[in-house]
Amino acid sequence: MATFVSYPLPSLPEGWSAEKDFKAVGKITADGATQRTIEPVGPHFLAHARRARHKRTFSEDDRIQAQERAKNVEEDNDDDISEPEDLMMLNRDAKDWKTQDHYKVLGLSKYRWKATEDQIKRAHRKKVLKHHPDKKAAAGRTEDDNFFKCIQKATEVLLDPVKRRQFDSVDEAADVEPPTKKQLATSKSYKLWGNVFKSEARFSKVHPVPSFGDDKSSKEDVENFYNFWYNFDSWRTFEYLDEDVPDDNENRDQKRHVERKNANSRKKKKVEDNARLRKLLDDCSAADERIKRFRQEANAAKNKKRLDKEAAEKKAAEDAKAAKEAAEKAAKEAEEKAKLDRESSKKAKEAAKTAVKKNKRVIRGSVKDANYFAEGAASPAAIEAVLSDVELVAAKDDPEEIAALAAKLTGLKVADEIKGVWKEEVQRLVAAGKVKESEIKAFNA
Amino acid sequence: MSETRTGPAPGDRTAIGITFGNSNSSIACTVDDKAEVIANEDGDRQIPTILSYVDGEEYYGQQAKAFLVRNPKNSVAYFRDFLGKEFKSIDPTYNHASVHPQDVDGSVAFTLKDKAGEDEAASTLSVSEISTRFLRRLVTSASEYLGQKVTSAVITIPTNFNDKQKAALVAAAKAADLEVLQLISEPVAVVLAYDARPEAEIVDKIVVVADLGGTRSDVAVVASRGGLYTILATAHDHEFVGAALDKVLINHFAKEFIKKHKIDPRENARSLAKLTAESEATKKALSLGTNASFSVESLAEGIDFQSTINRLRFETVARPVFEGFSRLVESVIKKAGLDVLDVDEVILSGGTAHTPRIASNLGNIFPASTAILSPSTSATAINPSELQARGAALQASLIQEYEAEDIAQSTHAAVTTVPHTTNAIGVISLTESGEEVFVPVVQPETAVPARRTVQVAAPKNGGDVLIKIVEGNTHIKVIKPEPKVQAANGTNSKAAKVEDDNSGEDSDDEFSDEEEEEEKREKAWKIGATLAEAAVRHVKKGAQVEVTINVNADLSVTVTAREVGAKGGVRGTLSA
Repeated sequence: MATFVSYPLPSLPEGWSAEKDFKAVGKITADGATQRTIEPVGPHFLAHARRARHKRTFSEDDRIQAQERAKNVEEDNDDDISEPEDLMMLNRDAKDWKTQDHYKVLGLSKYRWKATEDQIKRAHRKKVLKHHPDKKAAAGRTEDDNFFKCIQKATEVLLDPVKRRQFDSVDEAADVEPPTKKQLATSKSYKLWGNVFKSEARFSKVHPVPSFGDDKSSKEDVENFYNFWYNFDSWRTFEYLDEDVPDDNENRDQKRHVERKNANSRKKKKVEDNARLRKLLDDCSAADERIKRFRQEANAAKNKKRLDKEAAEKKAAEDAKAAKEAAEKAAKEAEEKAKLDRESSKKAKEAAKTAVKKNKRVIRGSVKDANYFAEGAASPAAIEAVLSDVELVAAKDDPEEIAALAAKLTGLKVADEIKGVWKEEVQRLVAAGKVKESEIKAFNA
Repeated sequence: MSETRTGPAPGDRTAIGITFGNSNSSIACTVDDKAEVIANEDGDRQIPTILSYVDGEEYYGQQAKAFLVRNPKNSVAYFRDFLGKEFKSIDPTYNHASVHPQDVDGSVAFTLKDKAGEDEAASTLSVSEISTRFLRRLVTSASEYLGQKVTSAVITIPTNFNDKQKAALVAAAKAADLEVLQLISEPVAVVLAYDARPEAEIVDKIVVVADLGGTRSDVAVVASRGGLYTILATAHDHEFVGAALDKVLINHFAKEFIKKHKIDPRENARSLAKLTAESEATKKALSLGTNASFSVESLAEGIDFQSTINRLRFETVARPVFEGFSRLVESVIKKAGLDVLDVDEVILSGGTAHTPRIASNLGNIFPASTAILSPSTSATAINPSELQARGAALQASLIQEYEAEDIAQSTHAAVTTVPHTTNAIGVISLTESGEEVFVPVVQPETAVPARRTVQVAAPKNGGDVLIKIVEGNTHIKVIKPEPKVQAANGTNSKAAKVEDDNSGEDSDDEFSDEEEEEEKREKAWKIGATLAEAAVRHVKKGAQVEVTINVNADLSVTVTAREVGAKGGVRGTLSA
């Protein structure tokens, strides 16, 4: 940490003195700092972050870290394998090793199948140091090697992977009981079930084992979990519970009989174990709120689809019906309207015809009233000429124009006025190009 | 994985370091606290960042790279830099030989056939989707190597990645079922890779990290202060890159081919792809040996082509590019307000850093005291291509046991942004001739709070000593050639001078003569304002005095001085 400088420090000048030998002269210059960002990388940054977040100074942090490290070392040595030894266990007969709890004998009962080989070795050593028969002999108790034998047996079993598996298979103390109904009612049910399956997972041939998850697990995860467990591949065996096979050579039949019996019993136990796991899973899935929820959601989704479809169909049918009705109505209306139109146009035509007739009568009458614009009795030729002109004008004029002309002529009795009106009409027609001036004979006069 | 879950619990994590580069990617893990770069199933530690689809089959890495020649329409390369960018701001130059990027609603996408079957339509995949697929392949490789599913990673990013690009990368990783523990900048990962070596000492130093990649060069000046890293300046370049060196070789061999056969192989896309692939291989061969062969079967119009090139020739034709690298490094040092003399270490990283010429050019820029860490200049140098991945893996192993929440809080700006001293703080000691010299204890650009300790020899006869704490800063002292040398050599030097003037580039000894004539520059400390004085009394003869300077977060300074091995000592505080 410290760097060394070989150049010597100056000697203290004569007469230098200060309170507690320290004299503050200045301070870091005002612009002595730039705000910059440290890269959050590396072990020293971790230390920096730790100090900054816990507001520790360098020396405080050093002290706390040192303490933590020291504690770790201690734990490594001691804490993990120190368990009180009860008297019952100490007094066990080594002959009954089959029924002893090897982990408990070594003081590893809180680790069990999780204990590492290193832990087992260290635990063994620790127990040996304490219970070695020679030590006990030194204390005056001779031939007290019973518990020592238990320790040796336990180590023998636990350090042999095959034997350890056999023991782990029947290590009931490592089992976690499934939660009761009462416990399930609480919010902890996910954790409780999770622990059950964590302990069951020790038998799995396949790793990693999917975790039970919690309330927020996705459908996929949950399905994955149950699929895994319903197809669980277990290495659990029950050899450990075998009856001892008599090893005398005399009775071979007896030996075979026991072997057969053992094989059958293993098989039976395996089947029972599978059934047990199956039941556990059934219970678990039956009580699993997530599955219910997923099912509801799926149903809701399905129903929604169906309802949507139905609604869409209904709507389509209604739309079609409405459209058809509308079309029919429109057709009917159109027909009625056409009929009405036909009738009204017929009437109008007739009315127009009668009006034209009437107006023509008026205009014809007007020339007659004017005595065919002749003084005294009009000559037949003059009458003929006037009438032909009138007919010509009447033929050229529209019914409206005839009506207008008739309106102008009605009430006029004086011949000149009538003639003026006629002349006007003729001039209008000539101007409109409907009649040639030459065709008009009488009104031009 | 559901959206609500933040990631695996710290105990269940398997974390690796990933370098997701524009040209190449790497994955690394830690074994017994030592970083190790993982080779993928093809045996590659540098995995080309390329995905290729052939009949619905996905290829990545070296295999996909081989398909750039035969299947460019369904191969995507150089897509990392497009992550989180809008189409209008991307540079598609390097995608010319593979699928071209497309504008889809302003963002970048690629259209290729990733499904089998003749009549399957081509799908348009966003750059995030492509990244996700590529990251998934990397994670699969790592998982196969480690034998357990990789859940988390630290990924390196260039220093100029903005928040949007970071978010896009994190999202792409998440879609590949990968928790991003942290994104760390590439130069810092590189420094960490070197600092994590067991033999490395944590000293205060200025490091220049030159990351020379295939399509981009990033140079950063990093202040390493007590293992805390602060980036002082960065520069990014897209011109002076590995691809530019390839280009030089491509043109060189293309010209040779034209001379022989009157055909330009660069005009045909497939010929160009073959030429590019072989040029890159030749470049790599030239980094290792002084001669390399170049041979392509059926380069153009069925004509095979074979040639050789030596390193000298390569260095001559690629000189403009090499000089560009040097200029880039110089510019960033200037940008940081430093001098080449301030730089203690130059680390070359990235694939292009293998090229020996770049390292030797940089060696000429920097003084002899500056360590240039590259394979050609230092025997202990770590493979430059692996540095970033190693750094990321080390960081991953450091933080994998923390909750995601903890990591987020620790990397928050409130923790990372702190004042850095501009001046050095040190003590005054005496040279043999009695001159006062400045002994730096806290270097400039040190993040506070900082604590530094220095042990200084006491005067020969012991007694009471004065500890004078002062500020200091550096300046570059230029020493003109000493006239004494000239006087001693007399006429000789004069003659040499004349010769110098006449001869441009002649023999070596003349060159060295000329070097002696050059002015010398060296870094010198200037003593600034005095901060405090303290006295340590009755120091034994030949003892040492330990001075600890503690700069607190509020810039107040605590000074402790005591004789090594003795009790008591002096302690005082300067208010901020």
